[in-house]
Amino acid sequence: MIHSLFLINASGDIFLEKHWKSVVSRSVCDYFFEAQERATEPENVPPVIPTPHHYLISVLRHRIYFVAVIQSEVPPLFVIEFLHRVVDTFQDYFGVCTEAAIKDNVVVVYELLEEMLDNGFPLATESNILKELIKPPTILRTMVNTITGSTNVGEQLPTGQLSVVPWRRTGVKYTNNEAYFDVVEEIDAIIDKSGSTITAEIQGVIDACVKLTGMPDLTLSFMNPRLLDDVSFHPCVRFKRWEAERILSFIPPDGNFRLLSYHVSSQNLVAIPVYVKHNITFREGSSQGRFDLTLGPKQTMGKAVESVLVSSQLPRGVLNANLNPSQGTYTFDPVTKLLTWDVGKINPQKLPSLKGTMNLQAGASKPDENPTINIQFKIQQMAISGLKVNRLDMYGEKYKPFKGIKYMTKAGKFQVRT
Amino acid sequence: FLRDYAALLSPAAFPPHRHDDLKEMLDSNKDSLKLEAMKRIVAMIARGKNASDLFPAVVKNVACKNIEVKKLVYVYLVRYAEEQQDLALLSISTFQRGLKDPNQLIRASALRVLSSIRVTIIVPIMMLAIKEAASDMSPYVRKTAAHAIPKLYSLDPEQKDQLIEVIEKLLADKTTLVAGSVVMAFEEVCPERIDLIHKNYRKLCNLLIDVEEWGQVVIINMLTRYARTQFLNPNINKTFYGSDEDEDEDEEEKEKKAEAAAMAKRKPYVMDPDHRLLLRNTKPLLQSRNAAVVMAVAQLYFHLAPKAEVGVIAKALVRLLRSHSEVQYVVLQNVATMTIKRRGMFEPYLKSFYIRSTDPTQIKILKLEVLTNLANETNISTILREFQTYIKSMDKDFVAATIQAIGRCATNIGEVRDTCLNGLVQLLSNRDELVVAESVVVIKKLLQMQPEKHSDIIKHMAKLTDNIQVPMARASILWLIGEYCEHVPKIAPDVLRKMAKSFTNEEDIVKLQILNLAAKLYLTNSKQTKLLTQYVLNLAKYDQNYDIRDRARFIRQLIVPTEKSGALSKYAKKLFLALKPAPVLESPFKDRDHFQLGSLSHLLNAKAGGYQELPDWPESAPDPSVRNVEVKESVRAVGTVTYRNTGAPRGPQQTEGSEESDSASGSESGSGSEGSGSASESEESGEVSVSEEEEGEEEEKKTKKRELKKAVQESERSPTHFEGFINLLFSRGFLFSVRFPSLNVDFYLFLPVEPAPSPQVTPVNNLLSNSLVTDLEGLSLSEAVLSPAVSRNASVFLALKSYELLHRITGEGLSVEYCFSRQPFSPDANMVAVQMQFTNSSTSDTKNLHMEDVKLQSGMRVKDFPEIESLPAGETATAVMGIDFCDSTQAANFQLCTHTRKFFVSIQPPVGELMRPVFLTENEFKKEQGERSFKVQ
Repeated sequence: MIHSLFLINASGDIFLEKHWKSVVSRSVCDYFFEAQERATEPENVPPVIPTPHHYLISVLRHRIYFVAVIQSEVPPLFVIEFLHRVVDTFQDYFGVCTEAAIKDNVVVVYELLEEMLDNGFPLATESNILKELIKPPTILRTMVNTITGSTNVGEQLPTGQLSVVPWRRTGVKYTNNEAYFDVVEEIDAIIDKSGSTITAEIQGVIDACVKLTGMPDLTLSFMNPRLLDDVSFHPCVRFKRWEAERILSFIPPDGNFRLLSYHVSSQNLVAIPVYVKHNITFREGSSQGRFDLTLGPKQTMGKAVESVLVSSQLPRGVLNANLNPSQGTYTFDPVTKLLTWDVGKINPQKLPSLKGTMNLQAGASKPDENPTINIQFKIQQMAISGLKVNRLDMYGEKYKPFKGIKYMTKAGKFQVRT
Repeated sequence: FLRDYAALLSPAAFPPHRHDDLKEMLDSNKDSLKLEAMKRIVAMIARGKNASDLFPAVVKNVACKNIEVKKLVYVYLVRYAEEQQDLALLSISTFQRGLKDPNQLIRASALRVLSSIRVTIIVPIMMLAIKEAASDMSPYVRKTAAHAIPKLYSLDPEQKDQLIEVIEKLLADKTTLVAGSVVMAFEEVCPERIDLIHKNYRKLCNLLIDVEEWGQVVIINMLTRYARTQFLNPNINKTFYGSDEDEDEDEEEKEKKAEAAAMAKRKPYVMDPDHRLLLRNTKPLLQSRNAAVVMAVAQLYFHLAPKAEVGVIAKALVRLLRSHSEVQYVVLQNVATMTIKRRGMFEPYLKSFYIRSTDPTQIKILKLEVLTNLANETNISTILREFQTYIKSMDKDFVAATIQAIGRCATNIGEVRDTCLNGLVQLLSNRDELVVAESVVVIKKLLQMQPEKHSDIIKHMAKLTDNIQVPMARASILWLIGEYCEHVPKIAPDVLRKMAKSFTNEEDIVKLQILNLAAKLYLTNSKQTKLLTQYVLNLAKYDQNYDIRDRARFIRQLIVPTEKSGALSKYAKKLFLALKPAPVLESPFKDRDHFQLGSLSHLLNAKAGGYQELPDWPESAPDPSVRNVEVKESVRAVGTVTYRNTGAPRGPQQTEGSEESDSASGSESGSGSEGSGSASESEESGEVSVSEEEEGEEEEKKTKKRELKKAVQESERSPTHFEGFINLLFSRGFLFSVRFPSLNVDFYLFLPVEPAPSPQVTPVNNLLSNSLVTDLEGLSLSEAVLSPAVSRNASVFLALKSYELLHRITGEGLSVEYCFSRQPFSPDANMVAVQMQFTNSSTSDTKNLHMEDVKLQSGMRVKDFPEIESLPAGETATAVMGIDFCDSTQAANFQLCTHTRKFFVSIQPPVGELMRPVFLTENEFKKEQGERSFKVQ
């Protein structure tokens, strides 16, 4: 399946290579560089590139290209999904997945890659298993190892590998037993010129941080499970229980994991928590344009809209912008023509606005494209769909765990067309 | 501190005798120095630096005690062994020793490295090691063996036959850990040996949900191919009635369908239960977090499911569009192919394909493709409105693609053709030349459909030749003017004049079109254009490009009559001005579905190496009985209760290092999935079943019962290990001996000997389910049943679990429940007695209750219950029927008929109900045990 892996940084250097079968010369990456040159933007490099003898399948994460070399038929998603899993694992181990972090931990990276694939076929990809095989580097452990010469590598086969719950380590012990669940919902929306919604949907996830001793068996139920239209589960969730009773029943992995992603059925009208009043115009024959933007909250159920960030790609003809924000700060990058306005919190009494003029290149004609406005925001303590967790129960262990549930709503891909 | 290495590793840090320090460190006695040296070497390998000269120094450390050093040495060995084959042989003996290590991790990693060393000499050693590991007691080592198979195969394809034997053996393995890896090996070594799958098909289907994600993908893809060879096309019937979805099919396909329909007429289609099993067991995986799994299931449904059921995949695929852009890219390609065949499926999700300005261009273009495929009369206005916004985008490649898309919508949907054309004409005044050029090309294609109505557009376009520089657009305009010169008789010669002037500076495609224009004008309007044409032809005669010179010569001969130009010139007009059919604007994704969806070949639209064609459905179904398995296996396979399928919370089980784990466990475990009783149930049944026996025994039995109950409870409380539970049973001395009636195979579970015997058979059971415990409990506690004489009377004491056969509402007042009465069925000893209870809660009498139309798996038999003549309203009646399940958990399907209605019902037994307790004395048991103790494996 996967023959080799090359990691390529933004400036086009191959800074790590790993082969699982015969060595493939790194010159194969030339085909990748060619494709990269043809693509105008980094994210426009095709994920699958055929070459005379190999196929290159790549993903771009954190400005690093992970290029897998394969030789014969394999489902492309299989490779792509695996590469993303590799990145997630690195992030899990080193906190960040940057070139520097990978270079600093090159031996651990190599040991991880060795465990994750055997002959190009995934062997162990569960974080709980990997962590038993190879301990994540911490400052303390690195120091102890240097002094005592002990290692990061486990000597026993991780118990999870053989059990029916491969995602959970055995022998977990905590003094404080706690389970936290974050319900995070994102609104994806396209709003048209006149302010009416073209499409809006809510996607949510439940991220969990579970630190419980032993083998707890948890069930989580919702007040209104009917809201969930389409769900995808962590492998620990039992399908049958969900299908029959709409209850999430699972033996959780140890640590952080994504329990569930869901989509809220589109029949329910989506509440759009912000509105935008905009007036962006260019006049024919004049080298100036007007820019006028006002934000306001709506349907927020009394919760504050925070961390608002507005960004917009202005037309190529715009030289600079002379704007005046009523709150927050704005920047305009004259090279990429990207305007960003860090608004902060929206105060319903005093609506934030950004007004002023844009200067066009002298003699340039009026741009015929209209910029799109992208908005990011957060609303704490609210799930916009109204989803509510009913209760969390634990079976199988005797102690009383501390349980916590947090709700949050964020903007996903939230665009306003002008 | 690794950063320091990086500094050391820069080329300047290594003098000519580089690596001397590393060699010294490797030779030292200290593990810490060795480790540091190895870390530096691995860092070199990672950066692609050559470290092969260290081979002798490194290979010495292969037997190092320190496990991390050892692992890094392995990394090094695998990387360089191919280059230094002789030296690599030095390490082989270490691995051979490792293969015998008591620690399974060490055994496995020894095999991993041994099989990864690509040295041909050791092929026999590898073969031996793989064979041995394939029967290792640790499933992890067996998994490693499965991984090693393709490695050896790529090293020496001659070994194929032997490897197939190993694959066959491993395919029979029952652990989820091995399943994915061995199917992977199967796919790489012998994908054509579909016959190896038959016996394992049902097991694979049932295990699927608990296999790790990557294995699931491989298994699902393989089963898709398998199903295509073994089952009938489920859509054959429907085509007979004509389906609205296949509007654009060509003649050929229709013919094929007619044939198929004729066949369907002969025999009504009934889906093979195994086909159904596959569809049913893969469906929940649409909810997987892994995009590859979701895609695999989606393609399985697309290729195998009846039309009415394919719809379920749309939602899951749309969900994947939220994922990383690479995932979106692949998913959209597949959706694009699907939307051509099954448009209706994605129509409700139209808006999910709307384009955002932040999408990468390649995603935008794919979404556009999907939107175009989804366009129909009802939604076209929404889609066109959406397209209007896209045209204003800053991304010009995307705008060009949008214009193409509008063109396609216009050709496909006649109603909007004029609207689209007007919109495109407006774009001709766009400031961006690329936009104009693309519009010209598309307008040209649209005009060809009805040129007479649009001469003004042609005129407008003629004017554009002064400004437009894009060659393709210029060529298109010239072609249009030439083709329709009769509609624009005044302008055409003038355009030719201008073109003649600039001829030498034009691109090749434009020159060719100028020649065409000249020829057509010469034929229609030779008075005005004769000289111009001669001039252009002369210019072309001396052009650099030979295509153009050729074309000029060809045209001259045809249109300018000379003595030599034979008969052809008479037909010149017919040749040049023939009516040309309008181009069909087709999706590039049309007919891509002959590749298996989700595959690399589908994505590239070209066959990739190692691609296995998706076979066509067979004309008639091959023998389904090849998938039947002997009872032992079938119980194991069908009854396997998997983690994700059960509702009851159960703990994980360990099988670490226990030799017997597999042999004992797999065989007796399992139960029907619905029967998985909960803890409380099992407790209750323990309590209720008080048997009427003599005082003395009663007492003893009660204690036992209590103990058993306690054991069950304890096991519930510490759900970690059934192992513990079973050991507990052992220590308290319970025996179950179970007999499969028709096979005369006995299974001994537990032994009632005090003190507990040494667990000859340690039932470390990773599959045993609560429900089985419940079932078995019933067996042990009602010992009265054991002696056949009393059994009839005694059975009443059992708290029998009853199942619903027909619900009151579906049965229109008639409800039926059944239970396994656990009595011998007198008419036929091999049958299981099923006691049915009919309740009539309707207001009228029900008459002539009987059963009909029994559908069974091969080998199964049924004895009908005697017909109930009449069941008055509000009354209840019971009847007993017998079913020989053939020791499988296959369902028995039949119709329950009343005088007015028929109801389809089915009975599926939990495994526990298929066993019968047999009473043995200790000595008898031991004797039997000695004879055939677990020769199951």
